[in-house]
Amino acid sequence: MTTNLTAPGADRATGTGTAPTPGPGTRPGPAPGRRRPPVLAVIAVLIALFSLMPLGYVIAMTVATGWDTAVGLIFRARVGELLLNTILLMLVSVPLCLVLGVGGAWLVERTRLRGNKLWALALAAPLAIPAFVNSYGWVSAVPSLAGLWSGVLISVLSYFPLVYIPAAATLSRLDPSLEESAASLGLGPWQVFRRVVLPQLRLAMTGGALLVGLHLLAEYGAFAMVRFDTFTTAIMVQYQSTFNGAAGNMLASVLVVLCLLLLVAEVRSRGTARYSRIGSGGQAAPGRMPLGRLHVPAQLALLLLVVLAVGVPMWFVLRWLVLGGSEIWAPDELVPALLQTLLYGMAGAAATTLVAFPMAFLAVRRTSWFTRSLELSNYVTSSMPGIVVGLAFVTVSIRFLPALYQTSVVLVAAYVLLFLPRALVSLRSGLAQAPRELEEAAQALGVRPFLAFVRVTLRLTAPAAAGGAALVFLAIVNELTATLLLSPNGTRTLATEFWAKSSEIDYAGAAPYALLMVVLSAPMTYLLFQQSKKAAGQ
Amino acid sequence: MVSRPHTSVGVAVAVAAASALVLAACGSGASADSGSSAGNGSSGSGSITVYNAQHESLTQEWVDAFTKQTGIKVTVRNGSDTELSNQIVQEGEASPADVFLTENSPAMTQVENAGLFADVDKATLDQVPAGFRPSTGKWTGIAARSTVLVYDKRKVQENQLPASMLDLAKPEWKGRWAASPSGADFQAIVSALLELKGEAATNEWLTAMKTNAKVYKGNSTAMKAVNSGEVETALIYHYYFYGDQAKTGENSVNVGTHYFKNQDPGAFVSVSGGGVLTSSKNAAAAQSLLRFITGKAGQEVLQKGTSFEYAIASDVPANPALVPLKDLQAPTVDPAKLNSATVTDLMTKAGLL
Repeated sequence: MTTNLTAPGADRATGTGTAPTPGPGTRPGPAPGRRRPPVLAVIAVLIALFSLMPLGYVIAMTVATGWDTAVGLIFRARVGELLLNTILLMLVSVPLCLVLGVGGAWLVERTRLRGNKLWALALAAPLAIPAFVNSYGWVSAVPSLAGLWSGVLISVLSYFPLVYIPAAATLSRLDPSLEESAASLGLGPWQVFRRVVLPQLRLAMTGGALLVGLHLLAEYGAFAMVRFDTFTTAIMVQYQSTFNGAAGNMLASVLVVLCLLLLVAEVRSRGTARYSRIGSGGQAAPGRMPLGRLHVPAQLALLLLVVLAVGVPMWFVLRWLVLGGSEIWAPDELVPALLQTLLYGMAGAAATTLVAFPMAFLAVRRTSWFTRSLELSNYVTSSMPGIVVGLAFVTVSIRFLPALYQTSVVLVAAYVLLFLPRALVSLRSGLAQAPRELEEAAQALGVRPFLAFVRVTLRLTAPAAAGGAALVFLAIVNELTATLLLSPNGTRTLATEFWAKSSEIDYAGAAPYALLMVVLSAPMTYLLFQQSKKAAGQ
Repeated sequence: MVSRPHTSVGVAVAVAAASALVLAACGSGASADSGSSAGNGSSGSGSITVYNAQHESLTQEWVDAFTKQTGIKVTVRNGSDTELSNQIVQEGEASPADVFLTENSPAMTQVENAGLFADVDKATLDQVPAGFRPSTGKWTGIAARSTVLVYDKRKVQENQLPASMLDLAKPEWKGRWAASPSGADFQAIVSALLELKGEAATNEWLTAMKTNAKVYKGNSTAMKAVNSGEVETALIYHYYFYGDQAKTGENSVNVGTHYFKNQDPGAFVSVSGGGVLTSSKNAAAAQSLLRFITGKAGQEVLQKGTSFEYAIASDVPANPALVPLKDLQAPTVDPAKLNSATVTDLMTKAGLL
């Protein structure tokens, strides 16, 4: 599946969230409910309702299936197997991602590691390789890969940066005075790390772990390739046999329950302690620890990690490219797939940013229970896997929206829903930093309110909007499951074409598509990396 | 300050209008770009939409040759047999599909039973021998494929292989055979078993399979696993072997083929089907595609191309590399009687799906 970096929790994890501390020049928001703009609110409610559609679909389908049938389809041995697979995958992969992510971040940010700037980027690089391309590389290397441990291998190598990036961002701006105080009170370096640093990483770790967990639940291609069955792969199998049959829908409802449980677990483990500093006094750069004897092992460990996560898949993509020769570059297949991927990426990014705007605006300028409940709905939606969104959209459009069925509108709408949080997080922080006084000053100087908004606030928000849009674009380029279900007739994207070829074990033929996806993803990953640094720096 | 609400209203309207515009624009843009008949109602003449569950490369070969000959543009939606048949049934009269092509017949039967197939032109039916199409004339066979047990020649001798597919349920075959139960191919084999031996026997065999078989995704992957020594045998269709042999042989160099013959359920020959939907808005073009596929040119694609599926119509012989169809001693199964829904239910119950 895709790398949904800014799903729920990412805003907290990277610190780019609702910007609770008013910066200079911003005044506290108005009282709840005061002068709420009805049209904007109505639009936001409509978007929220729309975004709850997959959840509604699953509930409606469970009800429509009927109690006895539903129970029969949910409480069967196969579901037990899938549940066991999923739980084991979570229990092994999430802690491993935490260890690698936090460990890597600590080495890069807090030790005198040579080449740390380069390593900082290298550890984020696996995000540019879609998990199913990673799987493809590994299956080329070890054809017999199968089962739980293969699933663990691929998912840890693909997803540890989801922990690494927020952890590194947090580590780089921790107030060193806390650690210095702890050390002066007699704690050794390890104890300082455990008792002072680690607690401050809590939000980055829970947020990152949630993201990893949601990816584990939603991933299809990577696990299908190593013959590891999860709910998502099983729903896909049911889909291929029955379209939107009852058994598949019931698996989807179990999957949705798992996603919601994960959300609750994350909220619970976030804790209530405050980790923020009061005031923004001068802050020294955090100290760096000498590695001493451990320097060489640390370098080797990082090298090994990057070789496994980036080197192996890229080596095999290149190897298949060489083996395939010139005949795998069929322009009449490649060019349309590339163009359509770009087109969908841009259309989806634009639409998602536009749809996110009213919600971000309300969240920043009109904080109230109302906007908070809108955010909650968005939070729930962002945990829905692509397969569930795809099933919901295909069923709803076939039954109720025949005019839109199988058009690109439905696919773009699915992208909007899947990736709305990415645009939201970015837009929200952008809007929060655009002081409304500037807009008011423009109005006082005689500019009409709408123009003042466009010329001042919108312009100030543009970079943040562009950043969010880029992330949505990245996600769409690598999206597989929803795209497989919702593509208009004749539409091929890089991801679906790659999948079609690699499913027929035409690994050489799939290689150009893999390469193109990586090439498109690389600059976005870099952007994301930069953004997380900046967000942490403010 | 007084005018602030207006600001927001204005912004909201602008945003809503802009997003509507973008969505509409990308809607038309993308479908225009895909060069399709936009799914809903082709623009009159010259284009049809095919729901294709056959191998993409084979259908592409047919479609390219057809378009070259007739000028009719064809948009292909790819999927698997029963995914697309269920989709067509749900779409009903609104289906954007004009033609439906499958790998196996159960999906055809499902669409036929839903009353969504138009009669196939007599000229087309006349090209196809009666044994390869249902008597109702609602669809026609377009190609055929045979069940085969491929085995690792380094590990197993031909005489150690089971005499019947049913033997694979025996304890001694535990962990020694592979299959791709999620695929339409395998499900068609099960539907033949169901038709030949009844529900109880099928259920028993599937339950045993859950313990005995190693599950792969796709026949080619299963054969590759045999070739690499991961598993001794795999129950697949014949053409995966011949296709790989004709290419590099890298996934079949250690593989032998074992045909069950003897009218065994495992000797089942599956008919790939094609039909024209009643909802087709360009029925003439749709019918001409079926006529083309079952005609000499279409069948020669099977005979001479890289698909290695059996040609069945217009007296075009099979690819000479294949075991002739008549030597396969396939059981007699009426393709119209193969049931996909019961098979999916039984396989779901057995925990294979």
